[in-house]
Amino acid sequence: MRIKNHPILEFNKGNKITFFLDGKEIEGYDDEPIAVSLYANGIKTLSYSLKYHKPRGLFCCIGNCSSCLMKVNGEPNVRTCVKRARQGMIVETDRLVKND
Amino acid sequence: MIKETDVVIIGGGPAGLSAALALGQTDLKVLLLERDPFLGGQLVKQTHMFFGSREEYAGVRGFEIGNLLSESVKKFNNMEISLNTTACGYYNEEDMLLAVHNDEELIRIKFKKVIVATGASERALLFENNDLPGIYGAGAVQTLMNLYGVLPGKEVVMVGSGNIGLIISYQLVQAGAKVKAIVEAAPKVGGYFVHAAKVSRLGIPIYTKTTVKTAFGKDELEGVELISLDKDWNEIQGTERRIDCDTLCLAVGLSPLTELLWQFGCKMRYIPELGGHIPIRDGNLMTTNKDVYIAGDVASIEEATSAMLEGTIAAVSASESLNCASAELLELRDKAFKKLFDLRNGPTGEKILSGIKKLEEE
Repeated sequence: MRIKNHPILEFNKGNKITFFLDGKEIEGYDDEPIAVSLYANGIKTLSYSLKYHKPRGLFCCIGNCSSCLMKVNGEPNVRTCVKRARQGMIVETDRLVKND
Repeated sequence: MIKETDVVIIGGGPAGLSAALALGQTDLKVLLLERDPFLGGQLVKQTHMFFGSREEYAGVRGFEIGNLLSESVKKFNNMEISLNTTACGYYNEEDMLLAVHNDEELIRIKFKKVIVATGASERALLFENNDLPGIYGAGAVQTLMNLYGVLPGKEVVMVGSGNIGLIISYQLVQAGAKVKAIVEAAPKVGGYFVHAAKVSRLGIPIYTKTTVKTAFGKDELEGVELISLDKDWNEIQGTERRIDCDTLCLAVGLSPLTELLWQFGCKMRYIPELGGHIPIRDGNLMTTNKDVYIAGDVASIEEATSAMLEGTIAAVSASESLNCASAELLELRDKAFKKLFDLRNGPTGEKILSGIKKLEEE
């Protein structure tokens, strides 16, 4: 959910863009981190834990933890909380093999 | 690519920028590395006004302080600022620092002195289902709402009543969310009275001697179960109660980002009062590796004001060791020492002082 009115801050976003999450079109802004655009669209699950396959979302949002790793343009384990979204980018939820 | 420089500053937050401000007044060649595409570190998301003296930007909002420092640093001719650049390793044999620019270009850096101002990362908390989407470090929520204008949820529970927990609760309400409770395991509120008073005026209840037992939710957070703690911090059975929420913020402290310091061979010590494993250093913030100085949260978890003062101290000391510190700079450092002393001897410096005492026993 995007904040419309804020008593202190103004948010000057760049150009609107679209990118793809698992084939679905997502609207975001150029230069906004991928995970931020996804959260603005109400999508909170970014990855799954390796052993129990539990959903994981953002935790630190500044590139410290590894809760937001996704596949971006074919490259796995990209920190989507800091990786900037670009027009036409292909983002995939990395469903790794369940490891029992 | 190989770069050669006199001083490398790792981190463009309040500590690193203050170090850069001091080094900008020398003839030394300086390289400032910042992993984000912008300078300011975590100041960029601080919308509250700072306290203290005017010289330390009292009455100015955090993000504005970040802007002021960044603009000043950009004016120096002896300074190269490398954004989108992560310092990721140090090779002892070759005495070279490695950094990656734009996720792809490897830079090797030869340097005489380095100032490590890498900051800290947020801690998590142990409870059932603590990995559900919707559970964040409180700073993550602050980044989302104050930097990017995205509100992650409507109903929030905050864990931790230190300054971060209190300030972010207030900011969540400013951004349009409902904060249903602030939960604090200790018997009293941790943060400054002014911040606690602000959230109380908004009608947010603060539950002391309480923690999170479980989080609920199928794919995302739907609620939490709280439980009361006795004087020995044990859970009191039968006091469980549920609060529905879509967002849980953990403001339960920070850990210094010390990976590079371990690589530099700095002697480390575990001092909980200072945030965990921290480097042993002298009064001038030089570590046991004489080419490595530290400043800010990586040295000890404090606040932005002390980080800025430490940045000055570390930078002047590094310049002094290279015989490049002018009388003005040394005077600037003396002032910073005094201000840091005053800050730590204030009402909230007790914990830091006890940690520093342990450090001095080394």
